[in-house]
Order: sequence, then C-alpha cells, then structure tokens
Amino acid sequence: MREKVVEATLRALQRAETTLPDWVLQRIEEAAARESHPLARHHLQFMLENVAIAKAKGLPLCQDTGLAIFHVQLGRDLSLDFSLAEAVAEGVRIATREIPLRPNAVHPQTRQNSGDNTGPGMPDIILDYVDGHSLSLTAFPKGAGSENMSLVGMLNPADDPIDFIVRSVAKRAANACPPLFLGIGLGGSFDLAARLAKRALLNMPGESLEELQLLERINSLGIGPMGLGGDTTALGIKIEKAFCHTASLPVAINFQCWANRSATEVIQ
Amino acid sequence: MTEYHLRTPLSGADVEKLLAGDVVFLSGPLFTARDKAHALMRRAGSPVSLEGAALYHCGPLILGDRVLSAGPTTSGRMARYTDEILRMGVRAIIGKGGLPGEPFRSRAIYLAYPGGCGAAAAQQLRVLGVHLLELGMAESLWVFEAKEFGPMIVAVDAHGKDLYQEVRRSALEQMLG
Repeated sequence: MREKVVEATLRALQRAETTLPDWVLQRIEEAAARESHPLARHHLQFMLENVAIAKAKGLPLCQDTGLAIFHVQLGRDLSLDFSLAEAVAEGVRIATREIPLRPNAVHPQTRQNSGDNTGPGMPDIILDYVDGHSLSLTAFPKGAGSENMSLVGMLNPADDPIDFIVRSVAKRAANACPPLFLGIGLGGSFDLAARLAKRALLNMPGESLEELQLLERINSLGIGPMGLGGDTTALGIKIEKAFCHTASLPVAINFQCWANRSATEVIQ
Repeated sequence: MTEYHLRTPLSGADVEKLLAGDVVFLSGPLFTARDKAHALMRRAGSPVSLEGAALYHCGPLILGDRVLSAGPTTSGRMARYTDEILRMGVRAIIGKGGLPGEPFRSRAIYLAYPGGCGAAAAQQLRVLGVHLLELGMAESLWVFEAKEFGPMIVAVDAHGKDLYQEVRRSALEQMLG
C-alpha cells in the first residue's frame, strides 16, 4: 500500500504539472472565444498554445512547479500501517528528480533550499475521511505568484464582505496571473477562513447565484488577462462558508492563477 | 499597436520608439535575475555587463543545459532595485505584473511576457551560460540566447505611460461608479 501511495503521488504530480484539467481548459477556450479585447484574446490564445506545447513535450507548463500541496480522501475502512505524510513526501522527492520539478521549498528565514521540495510542514496534506475503502489523492501544486496575493481580512460584521473581495481583487489581480480562479472562505475563525478558501479552490467551480454574480462583478472590472485589460479577469469562483463569532467576520481570498493545475489518483 | 522584432543589446533609439501597447519579440542575449541575484548585485555589482541589456525576471526550470520551462516571475518583488538596475545600463526589464513606472522615464521600458507560459517560453530560449549558480537553480543569473522571444507587450514605456496603472485606475473607477 505504501508503494502505491508513493507511485500515485508521482503520477498525480506528473499529470498536474504537464496538463490542465479538461474543465479548466474549456473555461479558457470559452473565454478566448468571447473576449472582445484583441490583446486579451492573444494572451488567452498564447496560454492555450503553451498548454498544448507542455502536453506534447511532457514539460511543466509553468516553471513555477509550485509548493507541494495535496488533498487526500481516506476511506474509513482503510487502516494504514505507515506514515501517509512520509509516503507522499517520498513521491514528491522522486517527482522532483524525474519530472523534473524546480526545487522551491526553502527555510522561511535562512532561505536554505532542501533541493527536493520537501521539508518541515511540506508536503502539506489536507486530509478528509470518507466512506468506503479507497484512497483518493489530488496533487494541487501551488505557484507563488498567485499564493502571494492571497489574504485574510478580519472584517467588521457591519462591512460588506463582497465589496472587500472585489476591492482586493482589483488591487492584486495583475500580479496573480489572471484570468483567476478565486477560492473564498467566509466566516469561521482567522485560520479556518484561510483553510476554507484553500478548500474552495479544490471544490471549483462554484455555480451558485451568489458565486456567479460575484464572478460577473469581477469580470466587469476590465482587468483582463495578465492585468493588461480585457473582459476576462476571473474564470471561476467558489465560496465556502462556516459559522463565525457574532463579533467577527473573517474573509479569506486564495488566489489561483489561470494555470489551475490539479490531478487525482485513486487507489482501490 | 505596432509589432517590433528587435535584437539585444538594445539602443537608446530602440527604447525611445517603443510605445505602451506595442508588441515586441526579442532575439539575442537575455539575462535572468530574481530576488537573490538582485540583492547580491546591490552588494557586489553585476557579474556581467548589463549595458543595453534585457533583464528577465525569471526563475527557470533547467535540466543540464536544456531550458525546460522559463516563464516570467512577479516583478513587484524586485521593485526596490529598479533604479540601481537601470543605472547599470539595463534598457528593458521583462517580467509579469509590472513595476512602478517612474524609474523607467527617458531610459528604459518594461515588457510583459504572458505569465504561466513557461513551456512556450522554453522553446524560444537556450542556455549560453550561468553565473551565481551558488544561489540555486531558480535564483542564478542565467544567460540565455533568445530567438524571437515573445509576444511581449510594452507595458511601461520611456514616455511615462503605464498600462497596468491605467487598467487598475479604470477598475477602481468602475467599482466606485
């Protein structure tokens, strides 16, 4: 079983780094077809060309191969007699050598690079227990350009969280490689809001009226691909909510660039 | 919106004629530098001549001497070094997300390469050499030979026009209006 987890990690990363999920690709294609700004349309078409080159040559589509983040759904009927974190870390080390990936993980102060994308706290595994006896592992490599623009706001309950989101996106979008996918965490506590926002990215895309209206409002800003103007600023929004203290209103925005990479492997 | 195909090193006249919104393809040497190389150059100067150079904000993925993926990184992190880098002779900074426009006035331009397009960029680049390798793969100063590197958009020109700022301002107006 441990070997299977190591292999699944390698395979999921290989696919996540060199291809995009079909639905993501489809959203970019649709946006390119309806974009009215010529420059923005060229950008979207070049992104699609880049995806095609990466797939054909097996190359990472972005040189920022990201921080090793995984979502694992573990069947309740399974019992593991090994460390899941250690098995996934081994898969990451092999993937770093074999795909290869750029070594990105460094100590936060000395900036010493481990050379293999692992280290204390890395990989980061978001773990859920689900019914059944299978293990599903999603690789979600996260680049720094979009992650660096992410934020948590501890709002006054009298503030409008949607206004806060639109204003933050208007200021920060250009650095995050738009068109964006936005994971929103609404409520909870300081850290729960952030985790909800990350989970929102994993549960993309949102289709509720609230999510679609926010998407439309953000696209009406005219920021466009790469922040150089256009109709296409965001391609998807998902909002995850939790109850919060009556005195607080935490809002987290996790930015994701257009290259919304992820791939899932299931072990039966 | 005019399309230009230029060779590096760039001349003052090249910089003068490029206007915000123009499309540029570059051929010739490009130098990469990001966070650590900038900090080091501030302390110790550049290991290469940057006269007329195009400096690329990029932390590439390299295997041996092969460029695998090499799109732009966020330029904003290097904003604190713009003035001294331009004083070293750099005439074009390439990146994504933009830089404050004022230091570019009358001497240099900022070129935006489509972010996230590392595999496409790699097809237009080959390795000529490397400096500061002790900083690690992403942070080293790589010397690339570019062949029709682009499309890049002149996002900040030498005449005071800054496309990012215009888009941001119009977005804020749209939000308030």
